[in-house]
Amino acid sequence: MPAVTVTDLKKSYGTVRAVDGLSFSVGEGEVFALLGPNGAGKSTVVEILEGHRTRDSGKVTVLGTDPGTAGQGYRDRIGIVLQEAGIERELTVREALVHYGACYSRRRPVDEVLDLVGLTGLGDRRTHQLSGGQKRRVDLALGLIGDPDVLFLDEPTTGFDPSARRHAWEMIEGLQDLGTTILLTSHYMDEVQVLADRVAVVVDGRIVAEGTPDELRGNADSETLVRFRFPEVDPNSGPVVELLGGLAGRTSLRNGVLEVYTEQPTTDLNLLTQWAIGQGGALEGLEVTTPTLEDVYLGLIGGDHGAGVEDV
Amino acid sequence: MEPGSKMSDQGRPSAVGLLFRQINYQNRLFVRTPIAAFFTLVFPLIFLILFGALFEGVDVAPGLEVDPAQFYAPGLAVFAAVSATYTNIGIGVTIYRDEGVLKRIRGTPLPRWVYMGGVVGSGVVVAAVGALIMLAVGFLLYGLEMDIGNALPAVVTFVVGVASFSLLGIALAAVAPSGQSAPALANATLLPVAFVSNVFISVRNNPPAWLDLVGDIFPLKAFADAFFSAFDPFEEASAYKPWLLLRIGVWGLFGALVAVRKFRWEPSTGAGGASGHRGRRGRG
Ligand SMILES: Nc1ncnc2c1ncn2[C@@H]1O[C@H](COP(=O)(O)OP(=O)(O)OP(=O)(O)O)[C@@H](O)[C@H]1O
Ligand SMILES: [Mg+2]
Repeated sequence: MPAVTVTDLKKSYGTVRAVDGLSFSVGEGEVFALLGPNGAGKSTVVEILEGHRTRDSGKVTVLGTDPGTAGQGYRDRIGIVLQEAGIERELTVREALVHYGACYSRRRPVDEVLDLVGLTGLGDRRTHQLSGGQKRRVDLALGLIGDPDVLFLDEPTTGFDPSARRHAWEMIEGLQDLGTTILLTSHYMDEVQVLADRVAVVVDGRIVAEGTPDELRGNADSETLVRFRFPEVDPNSGPVVELLGGLAGRTSLRNGVLEVYTEQPTTDLNLLTQWAIGQGGALEGLEVTTPTLEDVYLGLIGGDHGAGVEDV
Repeated sequence: MEPGSKMSDQGRPSAVGLLFRQINYQNRLFVRTPIAAFFTLVFPLIFLILFGALFEGVDVAPGLEVDPAQFYAPGLAVFAAVSATYTNIGIGVTIYRDEGVLKRIRGTPLPRWVYMGGVVGSGVVVAAVGALIMLAVGFLLYGLEMDIGNALPAVVTFVVGVASFSLLGIALAAVAPSGQSAPALANATLLPVAFVSNVFISVRNNPPAWLDLVGDIFPLKAFADAFFSAFDPFEEASAYKPWLLLRIGVWGLFGALVAVRKFRWEPSTGAGGASGHRGRRGRG
């Protein structure tokens, strides 16, 4: 039985449809990632699963219970790292861990958790004297202190320096080895590629693609990405339609840039250059590369959301 | 990385144990918040010393050997107790909600009533400390006197008072829009009422009727009068004042009702919850 199931989940805030009919499930011990631009609805989904928010419709279970009605016994078995949450500035890191740990029936030793999140030696520091990334590690530590069966991580590594991110990844992999089920959200392709067993790409409250990171990349390895600035001609005019139809690869036009994902780069490039010469122009800003997961992701979420990826 | 140590199950901790822990935790937060400690403990003490100097040698009534401290020391003890509960709880809880601390707490297995119990329990402890300081200074420096037989009525009144004002403090947190507005709200509701409630100055002798009425509407005057009766040198009847206690208790119940209906654990949204510009943590 899966640890988490979500079926046709919907949630609106006023007129904003934050989650619009979303379904997925996470197996026991699996690391599942929700990947998507700002405002896609990731936090809304995760917080519904945590019991922090109500849903409008759909079915949701975590560890066999409905988080919407679950009580203390449920929260005893989950760990939550919110996208943003405060810590009592009056407490030291150790005091916070001891205090929060005390309400769980299983708890990890405080020193072990400090080591795990890379706060060794900072236990006696007041939380308000920590840097942003160090505070984030306290968030992680507080998510782990109760030895959860299911761990929710909403953008856990935002604000981390590169080495802290690597460290957090190792930690999350370690938890996975222990059998912890992890639901994580992220904006980072590399993070998802390293950590997640499966990924769902969320855009505007819907899943637009789902699979293992490799499946998402699909036949990206065998494809070549040809990209150039498309001249200002009507993309619906006869010759352009004919040109695009004649290419072997898939095309997409975003922000005035034409992208062609093709398994036959030589023929397609030949067609394109002939067309450009026939127009009396050139293929401006021409790039020929192998697509990364990031390219695939950007293709999936569409041009409008491109800016969101770099954000936060 | 120490993946070896899966923890043993120690069983769910007992609610009573958690409650004591929670009271302790709130006490610790209080003593580490200098501004709260100042306004709750030092501020009324300054009043006490000021009044001591101002009313030095003033006769309460012609021919009676009663020190004015007999009036204002119990009043300021009540003021300290109300600051420790209504004001501190109202402001502290609202700030923690704004910062997302309450949301974090709600995600843990700590029962919500235990959290509230910790807030109230600690408020009562701090109130007791504040009131005891006022009375002790009154006894030691200003000739305050009390019939020892009135100690129990004073304690009963005190417990009913601080419990009710704690609940009103939670109600204040429930209706305060933000941590920034909470101090203003607390002071705007407490201070004007305090002036007509026999806390700072006694309006017991022939006050204008409307002042009397305003004081009677709110619970502070009932608290101050009931508490004062244990120190009142002219009091013939019992120092137990069931009617006054009832009036205080009704306000406490009202506070509980508001809290139950309106209390929120999440920071208010709109200001930027989703865009992530809220809070003291400047991440990202
Ligand atoms: N409490 C709220 N009230 C009103 N609208 C909200 C609220 N929370 C979220 N929204 C809106 O719902 C949508 C989804 O928000 P959500 O926080 O779930 O996105 P997200 O995928 O987590 O984004 P990010 O990557 O920026 O964290 C957004 O349009 C957001 O503005
Ligand atoms: Mg989010």
